[in-house]
Amino acid sequence: MFGTYLRRELLNRRKQTIIIAIGMALAIALVIIVDAVSAGVRQAQESVLQSVYGVGTDITVSQPATAQNATGLQGAGGGPRFDFGANAGTDTGGARQVNTSRLEPTRGATVMDASTLTTVKKVQNVESAAAVLSLTNTSFSGTLPNFQQLRQERENGQAAQPTAPPTGGSDGAGGSSFTVDSFSVLGLDPAGKSVGPLASVTLTGGRSFTAADAGKDVVVLDASYAKTASKAVGDTITIGGTDFSVIGIVAATGSDATTAANAYIPLDVAQTLSGQSGKISSVYVKAASSGDIDQIKTDLTKAVSGATVSTQADLASTVSGSLGSAGQLIANLGTWLSVIVLAAAFLIAILFTISGVTRRTREFGTLKAIGWSNRRIVGQVAGESVVQGVIGGVIGVAVGLLGVLVVNLISPTLTGSISHGTTSGAAGRSGAATGATGEGAARGFGGAFGAAREAATTSANIALHAPVTLWIIVGAVGLAVLGGLIAGAIGGWRASRLRPAAALRSVA
Amino acid sequence: MYTLTDVTKTYSQSKRQVVALNDVTLEIPDGQLVAIQGPTGGGKSTLLQMLGALDRPTSGSVELGADSLSKQHDGRLTKIRAKEIGFVFQGFNLIPTLTAQENVETALAPLKVSAADRKRRAAEALASVGLADRGNHLPSELSGGQQQRVAIARALVKDPEVLLADEPTGNLDEETRDEIMDLLEGLWRDRGLTVVIVTHDTAVAKRAQRRLQIKHGQVREVD
Repeated sequence: MFGTYLRRELLNRRKQTIIIAIGMALAIALVIIVDAVSAGVRQAQESVLQSVYGVGTDITVSQPATAQNATGLQGAGGGPRFDFGANAGTDTGGARQVNTSRLEPTRGATVMDASTLTTVKKVQNVESAAAVLSLTNTSFSGTLPNFQQLRQERENGQAAQPTAPPTGGSDGAGGSSFTVDSFSVLGLDPAGKSVGPLASVTLTGGRSFTAADAGKDVVVLDASYAKTASKAVGDTITIGGTDFSVIGIVAATGSDATTAANAYIPLDVAQTLSGQSGKISSVYVKAASSGDIDQIKTDLTKAVSGATVSTQADLASTVSGSLGSAGQLIANLGTWLSVIVLAAAFLIAILFTISGVTRRTREFGTLKAIGWSNRRIVGQVAGESVVQGVIGGVIGVAVGLLGVLVVNLISPTLTGSISHGTTSGAAGRSGAATGATGEGAARGFGGAFGAAREAATTSANIALHAPVTLWIIVGAVGLAVLGGLIAGAIGGWRASRLRPAAALRSVA
Repeated sequence: MYTLTDVTKTYSQSKRQVVALNDVTLEIPDGQLVAIQGPTGGGKSTLLQMLGALDRPTSGSVELGADSLSKQHDGRLTKIRAKEIGFVFQGFNLIPTLTAQENVETALAPLKVSAADRKRRAAEALASVGLADRGNHLPSELSGGQQQRVAIARALVKDPEVLLADEPTGNLDEETRDEIMDLLEGLWRDRGLTVVIVTHDTAVAKRAQRRLQIKHGQVREVD
């Protein structure tokens, strides 16, 4: 009887069924789409984060930059500085050829004592941890005026013939012409592979580090940087004035992103070359389980005084660009829109059910008169509402999946940027400045080092993929059933309160 | 047998107390066909609701056999209505979305009757009121007389002891009225039911074994 009555009511009160089902379907579809897109944005954020911090990094520990140490680690005036003596470089006759490079902590990245790694490893539920030293290699290469020769000529008299005519500069008449190039270098433990920037990369050539590489002048290059710098496995690259042998090339996995740095070298070598012996920039931490992350963060904050302890969730909020905007849009507008539409759908279902009960007062009064119990009537009303909700839920799931399919077919490309203590993507930003005059040279420096100052950002273009899981569908249908149950419970409660005599009297 | 003792029923209506039944004492033996007449607002329907366990008196007692309808809790009253009392209403009160057959089956739903038995008994009840071929029709597809026959079938399908009819012919023309009364009389005779009919229609009342007049909440016998 229950099924027959229910079927007849839904079929014969089609208008009400359709309105409730459409309202519920819209809400459920929106929930599915927002949830799937939200999951897609989260995955994209994780992808960006992994390209910087590596797969499995749950927490990073670093020291916040302060005005004092940020400038103190750099040259005077806040940027890298090159000082050349009159005899710097080699005499080429009318000019001097100068080639030099410096390896320094990345601007904005504050170093801390390497013993921090030991402290971090002692924290409960830390599965593994790895330390890195974020550096920037800045090289100067070009010709400068031969000032010593010019001074000697002035001392010898204007009439005397110069030993060699001035050369160099854009006009070849004695100016300057030089290139300033910078790229990011990350010193890391060559034996550590479970956590850290190289835990997530794909080896595209050569080999990765082994424990035996400690203390050796070997480098692994980011694929994008290697391509720009025209370097391959077996080539040599100068870092901090020392020639390094390229042993491997790596690329980011799963996204169109550069890896965390342009070059990776053993930590001990990086510390020595940069004059930062016993220092590190960050510690990457892997938790024993995801449930331990909050506890580890709390313990690390206590254990490492003054450190900035960031979880993946904290870091996700630092992803900017269109990906960051999409994340905020989903978190704010999408979530609230879903909640509002869902609440509206529930309200529509409740109001229609109550209205239906009111309209069916005579019907329920009659059923009570012929012996139907309150429980049976409540069950009937609730059953009708739940089925209306389920119909809406099923349609909503179909519409939602269609919406997700459309999103995945369009697959919009989102750009995610994240600022961090290392530089990356400098291949496209390496400074090159040429000036014929001192003024021009100053501009050249500014441009090059300006680029270096911006270099602590990783960008990635990621095609948004909105995943749908079985749980999303089950949850959505569950919401629809819940909506039906709430509407049915309220409607049923009203029906159960009808006194049979009053219900019959009301129609008499 | 119904036994009503000093039954009073009052309602609050716009801050005013309305006495629908005033100290009514009455006995209705089993198997009797009783007609209750009276003016509108005289208390006819209230009396029928007391007899049908749809409402409780403000004071006094209403008994049906061994059951005190004025003291039983709601659950027990529901069971009494489900098993022992059949109702027929002036407006037929059929469920508009259910077919004639299904409307009749609704009376068996609370009685734990199997689906097959329910269908069989409902079909037999429809046949007994002359609507064997109308089982699949919706109420809107039936005439007033046919709808009232379906309502009578619904009231009788559970083999009740009592049939209470509130103006069963009030919405029908004279010819159909007589058909329905013939049907009710026949069923009363065949089944030995106690039948209580509330009616305005003296022609209907005259066909009853016993006639009661109710006015200002008080009942008197009509010779």
